[in-house]
Amino acid sequence: MNITKKVTILAVGLGLVTLSACGSSDGGSEGDGGSKTVTLVSHNSWAASKDVLAAFEKESGYKLKVLEDGDAGSAVNKAILTKDNPQGDVFFGVDNTLLSRALDNGLFQPYEAKGSLLVLPEFRVDGSGHRVTPVDTGDVCVNYDKAWFEEHDLTPPRTFDDLVEPEYKDLLVTENASTSSPGLGFLLGTAAKYGDEGWQDYWKKLKANGVKVVDGWEQAYNEEFSGSAGGKQAKGDRPLVVSYASSPPAEVIYADPKPKTAPTGVAEGTCFRQVEYAGLLGNARNPEGGKALLDFLISKRFQDDMPLNMFVYPVREDAQVPEEFTKFGPRAEDPETMAPARIADHRDQWVKSWTSLVLK
Amino acid sequence: MSRAAARRREAAARLGLMAVPVAFFAAFFAYPVTAIVARGLKADGVWQFGRIGEVLAQSDIRQVLWFTTWQALVSTALTLLIALPGAYVFARFDFPGKQLLRAVVTVPFVLPTVVVGTAFMALVGRGGLLDELWGLRLDTTVWAILLAHVFFNYAVVVRTVGGLWGQLDPRQEEAARMLGASRFTAWRTVTLPALAPAVAAAALMVFLFTFTSFGVVQILGGPTFATLEVEIYRQTSEIFDLSTAAVLTMIQFVAVGAILALHAWTVRRRETALRLVDASGTARRPHGAGQWALLAGVFATVAVLLLLPLAVLVERSFGDAGLGHYRALTRDDGGVFLVAPIEAVGNSLRYAALATVIAMVIGTLASVALTRRDAGRLVRGFDALLMLPLGVSAVTVGFGFLIALDEPPLDLRSSWILVPLAQALVGVPFVVRTMLPVLRAVDVRLREAAAVLGASPWRVWREVDLPMVRRAVLVAAGFAFAVSLGEFGATVFIARPDNPTLPVAVARLLGRPGELNYGQAMALSTILMIVCAVALLLLERLRTDRSGEF
Repeated sequence: MNITKKVTILAVGLGLVTLSACGSSDGGSEGDGGSKTVTLVSHNSWAASKDVLAAFEKESGYKLKVLEDGDAGSAVNKAILTKDNPQGDVFFGVDNTLLSRALDNGLFQPYEAKGSLLVLPEFRVDGSGHRVTPVDTGDVCVNYDKAWFEEHDLTPPRTFDDLVEPEYKDLLVTENASTSSPGLGFLLGTAAKYGDEGWQDYWKKLKANGVKVVDGWEQAYNEEFSGSAGGKQAKGDRPLVVSYASSPPAEVIYADPKPKTAPTGVAEGTCFRQVEYAGLLGNARNPEGGKALLDFLISKRFQDDMPLNMFVYPVREDAQVPEEFTKFGPRAEDPETMAPARIADHRDQWVKSWTSLVLK
Repeated sequence: MSRAAARRREAAARLGLMAVPVAFFAAFFAYPVTAIVARGLKADGVWQFGRIGEVLAQSDIRQVLWFTTWQALVSTALTLLIALPGAYVFARFDFPGKQLLRAVVTVPFVLPTVVVGTAFMALVGRGGLLDELWGLRLDTTVWAILLAHVFFNYAVVVRTVGGLWGQLDPRQEEAARMLGASRFTAWRTVTLPALAPAVAAAALMVFLFTFTSFGVVQILGGPTFATLEVEIYRQTSEIFDLSTAAVLTMIQFVAVGAILALHAWTVRRRETALRLVDASGTARRPHGAGQWALLAGVFATVAVLLLLPLAVLVERSFGDAGLGHYRALTRDDGGVFLVAPIEAVGNSLRYAALATVIAMVIGTLASVALTRRDAGRLVRGFDALLMLPLGVSAVTVGFGFLIALDEPPLDLRSSWILVPLAQALVGVPFVVRTMLPVLRAVDVRLREAAAVLGASPWRVWREVDLPMVRRAVLVAAGFAFAVSLGEFGATVFIARPDNPTLPVAVARLLGRPGELNYGQAMALSTILMIVCAVALLLLERLRTDRSGEF
């Protein structure tokens, strides 16, 4: 039985490698009851400064572990799938377009975070339920390539109405509303602006005016948009792209040397407001740690640090908006908004109609 | 020892060999996939098979099915057509830089599609080579997808077919020609039958890859074209319609199962004992106009189809900044990653090395079990089972992991070991498909002779099989390593900000506006390319050093 013996040894060996590897990886995060570690589940846009996270660990006494679960949409879906046995204690990153999906599935348990009274009232939802805490906000807006419009001696568009004008024919690229968060935001913006009936007419005109739809933000911004570094190299020929209000400041911050003004601008009348929430997961293993983490997410320290890491705006009234934001990308005065309940009622139907209207 | 005892011993040995791979697949593949399908299709504990009919009744779903199938067929045919001359050239000709070139053509295979899709646009898109030359733009057509599939899978054919071709004794073909056969007849009657299993294996792999194509279709096909894989991703990850996703997963399963069965049926009778020789002795310098023309044609194809998109990537990594983007990679920016992006190189190498070890152990055991004579139906079914992970959506497996591997003793969800495990799942089929044709080609009489002379089964394997398959082992390891390096689907699930892999880091950088982020993404992709090419080159080196023992 020489062979079988060798096989057994190999099998046992492999098993041991696997086990020891798992054992060493988590160093007692869940093994010892999890009281010392608090786990944040988020999406892949999560980012925070090291010293700010270290300060949380020092002050709360918890070790922070972060799991990133793909893009915003799939992170929410995964959290719902695993809600009976969640991967962590707090979920951060469900926005107003998907909030109802999380709430209807009972993803969160109530907790009123310390400092939630300092959150600007316009961002609060869920009344006295406190199942979610707003953490950040941002606007999905059409961005324009300043150089292109100067070269062509054309005024950049400002509003949704402008985008269907003949002078802006074949200039706009947007994202698939069924697969992309800014793509959905833009669709919701038009629905908020033109109403249940009107948005379809608007999109018919937009389609006739040559709007291009690609699957994701990366392709739209890095390939098709003439104003980005990637777009320039890929000879992108669309000077209008659906992106974020914070993209122009990012173009300045992530440039070397830094230009005096942003190379791109925002069409302020095309914005849709997104709000991202966090909540304590229903079956969190370490609810106390989770509560401390939620307090931290709306603490002034985190809110001040957040904008330049995730390129979003704080929701706390006393948090500072960085100078780069105010200088290079003025905040949209009057963005389109929509109540999460209305989004929940119509989202799937709108996306379906949009798909057959625009893509087919 | 009696005959019956020997047979029992043989059966026990085979069972023992199969136990580990079976357990591996049961735990990390069958169980998670079943769990996620059940979640979608079971309501109150009852299977809702009626959903299958409902989903199939939708015309857009049927359209997806049709597109998935035909584009995979055409892509496979196109890849074989373009890559088989390449396989021949790499197997039979000696030319300077051959090893380097063979490593380079494998690079596309491991690059994340996010990145290569972008670079591929430089060939077929606006302002691309075809546009400049003939004003031809393919970026919104299905041709972009088909050509990109050739680009990605070229190496699969060159490596699987070329590997065996190089070991076929050219004297057999020469003998046929001496006996009066024309060059073509000699090739058709001598070489082609010997190559058939390898060609079929390559075709199968290319078909499976293109049938389940995801990134290429998403980026080059835009919202107009969708494969089953893309649709499953949308249904699971975006729309969250798990029951439709479950039906689509089952359809994909059945389709892939049918193809595997067809493959097994066509190949089974063709695998015969071959006379294998050392590959380094069969390659020679090309002579005559015909051979030089062939060589030039293959070079031109490789240059335009494979090297050009890769070169575009390298060019973009410099941009106007020179080495600036590379220098930026070593800086810890304290935000996006918590670590300097360059550390992703180390993470990726560690994961890939571990995944390769796992895939080699599992794959070798499986291959040896499958080589044994009078393989029953059970064993053949096992052969097909091993290939299934290539035909099942990464998002299905990934979501399955989440809900299945969540309790002790297999609570692995937040453990990094999940990354190499998932990577190994994709690596095993490569190991098996590379090793099996060679193992089966070993003349069974050699083994019998050794056994008659008193060698134990282990010794027979070590002394007879191992020397013959050593080359295949290395090729397989190279593939497994390369696949692990570029793996994105599973890795993205559990990547933590403090230990991103290369593809995950690239995706994160691409997800942010700003020139520095884009430049760093391109620089990191270039590094991934170089890491992969160097790893493959080292493997080739290893092979030549040992070839004397062959």
